[in-house]
Amino acid sequence: MTLLPLEAFYAIIGAIFLFLAGRVAFDPTHPRRWGSAAFWALLGLVYLGGGVVPASVVGYALVVMILLAATRQVGKGAERSSSTAERAASAERLGNRIFRPALLVPACGIAGSLLFPHVHWGALKLTGAKEAPLVALGIGAIMATIVAARLTRTGPAIALREGGRLLEAIGWALILPQLLAALGGIFGQAGVDVEVASLIGRWVPVDVPFVAAAAYCLGMALFTMCMGNAFAAFAAITGGVGLPFVVQLHHGNPAILASVGMLSGYCGTLMTPMAANFNLVPAMLLGLTDRNAVIKAQVPIGLAILTANVFITYATVFRF
Amino acid sequence: MIKLVGLLVVALGFGLRLNTLVVVLAAGLATGLAGGMSPHQVIELFGRYFVENRYMTLPVVLMVPLIGLLERHGLQERAVTLIRRARAATAGRIILLYALARQISVALGLNIGSSGGAHAGFVRPLVAPMAEAAARASAPDPDAPLPEKTSELIRANAAAAENTGNFFGEDIFIAVGAILLMKGFFETKKIEVSMMAMALWGIPTAIAASLVLWWRMRALDRRVARELRMPAKDKDAP
Repeated sequence: MTLLPLEAFYAIIGAIFLFLAGRVAFDPTHPRRWGSAAFWALLGLVYLGGGVVPASVVGYALVVMILLAATRQVGKGAERSSSTAERAASAERLGNRIFRPALLVPACGIAGSLLFPHVHWGALKLTGAKEAPLVALGIGAIMATIVAARLTRTGPAIALREGGRLLEAIGWALILPQLLAALGGIFGQAGVDVEVASLIGRWVPVDVPFVAAAAYCLGMALFTMCMGNAFAAFAAITGGVGLPFVVQLHHGNPAILASVGMLSGYCGTLMTPMAANFNLVPAMLLGLTDRNAVIKAQVPIGLAILTANVFITYATVFRF
Repeated sequence: MIKLVGLLVVALGFGLRLNTLVVVLAAGLATGLAGGMSPHQVIELFGRYFVENRYMTLPVVLMVPLIGLLERHGLQERAVTLIRRARAATAGRIILLYALARQISVALGLNIGSSGGAHAGFVRPLVAPMAEAAARASAPDPDAPLPEKTSELIRANAAAAENTGNFFGEDIFIAVGAILLMKGFFETKKIEVSMMAMALWGIPTAIAASLVLWWRMRALDRRVARELRMPAKDKDAP
């Protein structure tokens, strides 16, 4: 039994989406009024009812949302935030105090993820150990919003409206991370990972130690690019390539293998649109016209670190 | 082999720049059908995994009301004012400084934004505007707005540095999900592996990542300087 389950935060998020849907529906100037309202309303209902509604109902709701987005029925309204002059005046008046709420979130996030797992009354826990960082971040964000509303002498309605403006800027890309996670899950259920690992084992000359080490690192990166998630790639590539060829055949050190291997997977994460929450959502959030601009900036980084990883693995895994 | 059809759909769809949501749905359906599922079962799986992974959008959605409210009241403008006073600041140096601080704090177990939350909490409201302001201050005409191309380049690099600092600091901290996952994997294979060793062997790559970031941010400063048609201020990096 937990006092603050993630479900409580999903309900708040659902309410935020429904608020946005309502605001869009009552905005006659919105260029994509009904499509957008339907999209955000469905998303809100999925967040609110996710725990109780059958998975197939959620699935078909997702199909409707995907069709709305694909037929360009989801768009953003005219931006109606403050003017440049108003913002400059407000920045002048508030000075550095405006940073306080923004810094409260990470402070609360850090303190909460360290403390929350230890708070309990008998069998009633505040929150589960695994959820603690997310719960702490959520509480931090809500507290900071209240502090910010007082500091700026506005109310929660304005905060929700401004939040809605940013959500509309992200648009349908917001549901992409979860859909890609679902695709990764379906790949796993269908056995795509096992297939790829066996292909590498069959076609690569792994009896050369350097080739075995390189095949493992590159395999982690490539497979992460396909799945969008290094964790999903880890079991498949370490089980299919790392263990049989690096550890068993060439007596490599499994701790080094796993550590550098996972980080090679992260190089793949930098280079794929499949990792949408790190690569595509930020591009929308930053208002970039090229959706792939973040990935383009990350490709040289990913390739350079991946190259370093191949040599780090080769230099250490057979030696320690 | 037929099971890999989903990867092909993804590659083709992204290559042809079709709507990403449709590509993902099609790839899921193709893979599921090749794996012997019915379309209804695939849709049901999409629904189940979507609900299970609701946590992915939690940081962003709970942060945007706060960030929107603060931006309305001049958060970006204030960050810009602070940077204009720092004369040695360049776009690359500000982003590098942030990314290194991020990498070190994550390595110590202090994560300021899981699942991409720091993009909403830090990169958009603070790091990107500060880096853009530094670039503007170094332009021949400091009052002119940056060219859109340069401005987007700086913002994209700020997001890239956030991801890099986050990813390659994380695995040094022992209680992180990745280390626990690796430990669990080896346990199922009956191989004894120390969590401490796995965390420590993340350090060489972390150092490599810092060096790569330093190199990329220098490249960014050079490119920004070229785009603003002026020589770089000085060659020595921090």
